[in-house]
Amino acid sequence: MRRAMAISIAVLATLALGACGGGDDSSKDTANQGSPSSGGGEPVDLTFWTGFTQRELKVIKKVVGEFESAHPNIHVKVVGGIDDDKIIASIRGGNAPDVAHSFTSDNTGAFCPSGAWIDLAPYMQRDGISDDIFPEAPRNYTQFEGKRCALPMLADVYGLYYNQAMFDKAGLSGPPKTMSELMEYAKKLTVRNSDGSLKVVGIDPMDGFYENAAAHWGPSWGADWIDESGKSSFASDPGWAEMLQWQKELIDFYGHEDLVRWQAAAGDEFSPSNAFEREKAAMNLDGEWRVAFINDETPDLEYGTAPMPVDDDQPDLYGSGYTTGNIVGIPKTSEDQDEAWELLKYLTTDDHALAALANGILNVPTTKTSLESDELDLDPKFRVFLDIFAHPETRTTPITVAGSANQEIFDAFVTKYQSGKVDDLQGGLAEADEQVDAQLANAGGGDVP
Amino acid sequence: MSRDLAAERARARRRAAWKRRGLVLGFMSPWLAGFTVFFGYPLLATAYYSFTHYDLLSSPRWVGLANYEYLFETDGRIWPSVANTLWLIAVAVPLNVLFAFGIALMLSRARRGVGFFRTVFYLPALVPPVAATLGFVYLLNPATGPVNIVLRALGLPDPLWFDSPTWSKPSLVLLGIWGVGNMMIIFLAAIVDVPRQLYESASLDGAGPLRRLRYVTLPSISPVILFAVVIGVIEGLQYFTQAYVASTIAGGSAAAATEGANSLGYPGDSTLFYPILLYQQGFRYFNMGYASAMAMLLLVVSFVVTALIVRNSRRWVHYQGAPAR
Repeated sequence: MRRAMAISIAVLATLALGACGGGDDSSKDTANQGSPSSGGGEPVDLTFWTGFTQRELKVIKKVVGEFESAHPNIHVKVVGGIDDDKIIASIRGGNAPDVAHSFTSDNTGAFCPSGAWIDLAPYMQRDGISDDIFPEAPRNYTQFEGKRCALPMLADVYGLYYNQAMFDKAGLSGPPKTMSELMEYAKKLTVRNSDGSLKVVGIDPMDGFYENAAAHWGPSWGADWIDESGKSSFASDPGWAEMLQWQKELIDFYGHEDLVRWQAAAGDEFSPSNAFEREKAAMNLDGEWRVAFINDETPDLEYGTAPMPVDDDQPDLYGSGYTTGNIVGIPKTSEDQDEAWELLKYLTTDDHALAALANGILNVPTTKTSLESDELDLDPKFRVFLDIFAHPETRTTPITVAGSANQEIFDAFVTKYQSGKVDDLQGGLAEADEQVDAQLANAGGGDVP
Repeated sequence: MSRDLAAERARARRRAAWKRRGLVLGFMSPWLAGFTVFFGYPLLATAYYSFTHYDLLSSPRWVGLANYEYLFETDGRIWPSVANTLWLIAVAVPLNVLFAFGIALMLSRARRGVGFFRTVFYLPALVPPVAATLGFVYLLNPATGPVNIVLRALGLPDPLWFDSPTWSKPSLVLLGIWGVGNMMIIFLAAIVDVPRQLYESASLDGAGPLRRLRYVTLPSISPVILFAVVIGVIEGLQYFTQAYVASTIAGGSAAAATEGANSLGYPGDSTLFYPILLYQQGFRYFNMGYASAMAMLLLVVSFVVTALIVRNSRRWVHYQGAPAR
């Protein structure tokens, strides 16, 4: 019995992690919700939590400082280095900030339906702000099932980086525009060592390497995550199978094991030993922020940027890509929601603020008009990403109740397929569909009595 | 009269007994309070949440057995995670016990430098699991890691270790064996404790070193082996930290820019152990009700497995001074 007790204690130690905190969070109903009043002149202290740190945090503070100058009665305390775990814990604990910024738009599906972040529609209506001011993708990743609890503040956009010097040497004139061109270029640019191992890789499509994920490659085939009925569509959308077969062909060209070894030696993504910056990769799928890293770490690198090449049968997709971005919302526990809205509105809809943030942090500004702003002072290589962002076919990942569960389940399948461990591709895709649908039904509390 | 006296005495005895109980409770109260707050309440709360839909942000909503139905009937990732966990227990527990015992046996025979070797073999147990795992991921890097450089120089095959679905679990087993120091110390104490005269009589009866090991050492330390197996199995059921760190680091940073730990289970779900899936459901997929159901199952399985081991152990564990069966 004593032993059983000891064992139960050991087990409980893990469970304690899961249960701490309690479940009743109907603590404080928001007084102002739904009926915004105009901001008064009383002095108000706001707290703004952001994920940015160091240099980027300074940029945020500067822009918030301009907001304070324009609103002398509002004082904002900016706290950096915040992640979603902290935001969620603070909302549960009732000590959340007045305005919260998250890097993870996937979690909109947790913040919106639960009411953890308040509905912004009444404020937007009052101030005559339509969500049409944002392109479609950011409009989508800031709301869930029609409930708008967040607005976008800067976005990440994915495109192709290519090494100009290597292109010149191989006699290639410009960036590839179709997937068959990309395949051809990648093979041509690959260089092996005398022992057969990979020295320079044309482009590495293996899932999990640097920014490689199904979400980031899928738009090149116009692949969608859900069909019209809202079900997972890996098997029914032919784009996914085509993407996987294309990636597998290239991986088999390198040799799966050789490519894994090359990756292991490739150096950290966010360090000066990044494979593209060190010229170990001739091309790479990456976000717009890489321009700033290259200017900082390897300014002599001769390179270019372009949209990702697209499926040969869908040339209209060229110019589009994948985007996701930062979301900003007002936790329901905020006591000064009117003033919090003023700050949120400034950070997400003011073109001057967005241009200042984009110039300083080197992310893409998120309103349609700010993309055209004269204030933007950006490298031409960076401007490519603004065009991708504004492209009508540019996609984002659907918001779900279960965070990024759909992406993680699919990426695990992609990894298995790429390593040659899946014989029946169509069957595997259908299985992944089933898993995602079941996971979302369970996480949504659906299908229950 | 005598009846009154007897009743009076009985009352006094009862009073004394209550007083004693009160005293015992008083002394136990710190533990009782801690147990109630940190174990009792969480256990009950977990049991309750397992019947609810709970996303951490809104109030739990009763869904009956839906989470358990999903667990046993629908979730396609449960069984791979269970299989990974069972694999780990089946391979790592015997190997850890064997190595801990083997090292302890050698140390008990060493004539010189005992203190030095004890320290050397114990030291890894002091390294925090996260640091140790980071170290191993570095050492076993398929391209630049010193282990593979040596293997290649010797003309031996150089596996992909944490980057291969085949080798990722064996790599974690290696990490576990490296850190058996705690268990080794317990074995060493038990081996040193075996009465000398048993060995002497066995020698007089003509038993060689192997027979002495088989018929004297092993039976004498069998309670420690049982302890090692039970603890090993429970640790195996709860295996988390090393797998979390190894998959996240070796899996690279696909989405590190937006969110860490997207590569749990890397490569290809080969390190997706049951507790990793539980964590993922509860804290990453906002599915705490289901995670609680998984935790309840883990609790039941831990009980059953331990009960089976303890029951089965009656055949091979000998307690000194206990009457022969």
